[in-house]
Amino acid sequence: MRRLIRSALVPVGGALAGLAILGLGLALLGYDAGAALGALWRGAFGSWYAISSATMVRAIPLMAIGLGLAISFRAGALNIGAEGQFAVGAMAATAVALATGSWPAPVGLIATLAAGVVAGAAWILVPVVLRFRFGVLEVISTLLLNFVAEALVSYAVQGPLQEAKGTYPQSDPIGASVRLALVPGTRLHVGFFAVVALGLVLWVLFRRSGWGFRLKAVGEAPRAAAVAGGIRVERTVAVALLCSGALAGLAGAFEVSGVTYALYQNLSPGYGFTAIAVALIARADPLGVIGAGLAFGALEAGAAGMQRDAGVPAVAVAIVQAVIIIVALLSVRRDSTA
Amino acid sequence: MTPVLELSQIRKRFGSAEALDGADFILARGEVHGLLGENGAGKSTLMHLAFGLFQPDAGEIKVRDRVVSLRKPADAKRLGIGMVHQHFTSVPALTVEENLWLAAGRHGSAAGTPAGAGMVDTALGRLRRRLWEGLDPAARALDLSVGAKQRLEILQALASDADILLLDEPTAVLAPPEVAELLGLLGEFAAGGGSVVFITHKLDEVFAAVSRVTVLRRGRVTFAGAIDGCTPAGLARAMVGDGAADQLVLLGAPVDTADLTVGPVVGSGGGLEARRGEIVGLAAVEGNGQRELLRALLGPATAFVPEDRTTEGLIGRFSLTENLVLGLSRDPRWVKGPWVDWARASRRMAELLGQFGIRASGPDAPAESLSGGNQQKVVLARALEAKPQLLVAENPTRGLDVHATAFVHDQLRTYARGGGSVVFYSTDLDEVLALANRVVVMVRGVVIPVPAGTSRRSVGAMMLGVNG
Repeated sequence: MRRLIRSALVPVGGALAGLAILGLGLALLGYDAGAALGALWRGAFGSWYAISSATMVRAIPLMAIGLGLAISFRAGALNIGAEGQFAVGAMAATAVALATGSWPAPVGLIATLAAGVVAGAAWILVPVVLRFRFGVLEVISTLLLNFVAEALVSYAVQGPLQEAKGTYPQSDPIGASVRLALVPGTRLHVGFFAVVALGLVLWVLFRRSGWGFRLKAVGEAPRAAAVAGGIRVERTVAVALLCSGALAGLAGAFEVSGVTYALYQNLSPGYGFTAIAVALIARADPLGVIGAGLAFGALEAGAAGMQRDAGVPAVAVAIVQAVIIIVALLSVRRDSTA
Repeated sequence: MTPVLELSQIRKRFGSAEALDGADFILARGEVHGLLGENGAGKSTLMHLAFGLFQPDAGEIKVRDRVVSLRKPADAKRLGIGMVHQHFTSVPALTVEENLWLAAGRHGSAAGTPAGAGMVDTALGRLRRRLWEGLDPAARALDLSVGAKQRLEILQALASDADILLLDEPTAVLAPPEVAELLGLLGEFAAGGGSVVFITHKLDEVFAAVSRVTVLRRGRVTFAGAIDGCTPAGLARAMVGDGAADQLVLLGAPVDTADLTVGPVVGSGGGLEARRGEIVGLAAVEGNGQRELLRALLGPATAFVPEDRTTEGLIGRFSLTENLVLGLSRDPRWVKGPWVDWARASRRMAELLGQFGIRASGPDAPAESLSGGNQQKVVLARALEAKPQLLVAENPTRGLDVHATAFVHDQLRTYARGGGSVVFYSTDLDEVLALANRVVVMVRGVVIPVPAGTSRRSVGAMMLGVNG
């Protein structure tokens, strides 16, 4: 318990410091800092609707992607391409949803989500093959594939998946049968509960299963894992990367079938990158990812509120996120040198 | 004889190990000087001191009759000393020419390039020119053949206009024609006034190339003098020692050889087999295939004690319990389907701590918090816990003190008496002779059985590929 409090202390402290710096900066720039921070708070926590339909909804992709990244980080592999895996997951889900909209209710939806999972995993399969066949660093290949994914979605919404009217670069809305159910009175879709449940399952797997142990051994000391543990290091890392791609793809499918109901260009406001920070702050701990995902979801929701009500550009919240990350990284460094 | 480099009464200690214990070494102008000794005899350490990579604990270094203090390699380079290390030091992504500029730094003339001014008709200039033959200045180091890389290494060592060249096993990676060529070049360099220290394990190269020789054994000089009058057997004796009573091989209890043989038979020329209850000791000079052989023996029902416990044996930041499970990841006591019963594993680890007398705060202690000897006990306890038919160990007592060494030996003997087989390799010939029931020598990938009753001296000669 004490460890839990201590591990939460760093990000919370970082968040407070970040908010203080944000307030100071806004005041210096001539904004009404009090009003802006108030709008930030109301946007994230001001009402049940703000909590459920803004904060929690935005937390879903951060948590889903963050859990996948936690798996890959644990195995010592850096997937920087979740943004792209999210995008192709959303695109594949949209294509399947549009094609299966007339199918009986659960079948089309399951196919839609599965499409997202498969597409996300397929997108990271390229870096996995490049790494183990040709020694290409996954940090670079996953990052670069983000741009390819972005271009692919851009092509899709102006080409094969464009709405029938052909006016805007977006898809037609998907049918009601392939949409995720909402919590009544909110815009919160049931994917939230699935992701939280997944976090709990991963938490147990990381602590109690042989797979979780092998991931950690491979990430910590690949040579010892191979020699002393007889672990197939490459295979373990490859599976971890595929899991992270699959979860990012699932997040993309959730976004289409639970939030936007259509594919757009720039569907993600950078979830794939923010989720890296989420997984880092959580130190690849699944429960930490749930917590940090909610916190960053609140910041994103609050940023929208701040822009709407106080006229402060939403990107200003990036300052808070940055300070949290820096504080978290500094504390990690201190721990590892101690 | 004009000394250009003199090391007198050098002592150097690393932790508890005495690497050099009052060693003297004199390199004369115009000679190729062979430096011989077993693994760990102190050859590389002596040259590292002469190149300023370490400082001696005691003793004096003179370069051209002046006492010098070499605090860093740059100091040595300024005095005209160049060194070629056992491993390649060129930057793979840079071209040959770029590597030479890098090596020259602020000191040399960087004139080693074909167009440079360093190609004047001196010994250094001629050696450079010869080394350049067939080297493309624009080729990247990573694209070079091994022989060409070695030429580049020597050019790098010469880049600071060195006239004293220290070569640490430069021929280990070369094919025979390349070796002959290199030895020829070194001879010419010396004839023109250069001085070369040449470290090697291969006696035929010594007789082909050097004019004087110094032999180290356990940090002390056992022989120094002209090569004329030396015999291969004499040098081998100086390297491996005679042992007061010329100790006989065949120690420990005789073994019932009727039992079954485990492990695949590997290697050419006789292969290697271990019978139940037997401890087979592998004696070899570094780089003769012994490590590959040991790894080839690994399979089902074998356990491995790797030499490098911190990078291959244990995960330092993992607890002892986690390290136990790492090595015994299929043990039904704590692995149940996909799940690990950590409480059960932790209880067993706690028992092992007691049984093996491992000093640790408990089964949850991180492996890195233990001393080297205790870490090795953990590795050994884990290997024996697997109840293997064959235990393969590589330098099982490296870096351990006397007590820990005796403990490891006891455990291995007890295990063998209980019906297990051990195959181990040690860089220390005395350890091989003390622990093994049966000794085999490995030379150039070939396993040669050592008959019972062979003298220690003869084993040493066999390791060097010399008869007698």
